[in-house]
Amino acid sequence: MTETTFAYAQGDPHRLRGIQQAEVAHEGPAPKRIVTAYGFWIFLLSDIVMFSCFFASYAVLLGQTAGGPSGAQLFDLRSTAAETALLLLSSFACGLASIAADVRSARWFQAAMALTCVLGLGFLILEAREFADLVGRGAGPTRSAFLSAFFTLVGCHGLHVSAGVLWLLTMMAQVYAKGFRADILRRMLCFALFWHALDIIWVAIFSVVYLIGSGA
Amino acid sequence: MSEQIDHLHDRPDLAPGDEEEVRIGPRLLGYATGLGLSVLLTATSFFIAGTDLVWQPSIPVALVVLAIAQMGVHLVFFLHITTGPDNTNNVMALAFGLLIVFLVVGGSLWIMSHLNHNMMPMDQIMQMER
Repeated sequence: MTETTFAYAQGDPHRLRGIQQAEVAHEGPAPKRIVTAYGFWIFLLSDIVMFSCFFASYAVLLGQTAGGPSGAQLFDLRSTAAETALLLLSSFACGLASIAADVRSARWFQAAMALTCVLGLGFLILEAREFADLVGRGAGPTRSAFLSAFFTLVGCHGLHVSAGVLWLLTMMAQVYAKGFRADILRRMLCFALFWHALDIIWVAIFSVVYLIGSGA
Repeated sequence: MSEQIDHLHDRPDLAPGDEEEVRIGPRLLGYATGLGLSVLLTATSFFIAGTDLVWQPSIPVALVVLAIAQMGVHLVFFLHITTGPDNTNNVMALAFGLLIVFLVVGGSLWIMSHLNHNMMPMDQIMQMER
């Protein structure tokens, strides 16, 4: 009884850091950087929940081709592999930009962000070509429930990447104009989280939509 | 005593995406490790999807497992969501998100497959409505 009360009085009921360190942990509100990034993390998780609804509808409608073409006839896995490589490398480049921002190296930061941007744009171009090709072959989103679900899911991810590229360019301009201020660094932390989360969603897309979809 | 603790824990929590490590070398190595593992898992996925070497019905399961493994790699090496005590809040939020994702995807698939299974073929329904 006294033990428990004591632990709660210290504000560390689970004794994660021991009693003395719990005092350190409760000297005041958390720094703004942690609060901001945590809030953004919650947003990203809600975004992932939204994507999970699109994934569920795609998985349910995978066989509903209404007599139209199925995934095996439509998907070009070489193009998917190229898109995957571009997005993965841009995620890596974004990590380099985070390191450069933390060591306050403007030149390396701009170089890594420019590389991230080029790779992201390459991804978007490949995806736009793929969509145009599908629509040109009469397999647009209106053809069947399967294709509606496909275009909704992959198109929504593409829109996120487009928004990410715009945000990326904004970050480059802000660092150029204002330097590594604390608020700019917080935005950069959120941008890195966003970009890496998009890559995680793409992992699910290329596995479920393209690889499993072309087998079904 | 207190100075020593301050030195060990000058930040009580880590922001998601932040790393404890501040030196450049180990951080670069972390991102490179993540990239290497991701490339390996991606290549395995694409190889398995097109091969005849494995039992065919196992392929979708293998792809899902590889995808989940790769998402884990991304979480740890790129987003720096780890199991350390200073990361508890981030992991708890992630666990809740995963619960919802699992309910939405698993529940939809389960319910819709039952509905498909129990529904009469469409031509019979049309005959009954006549």
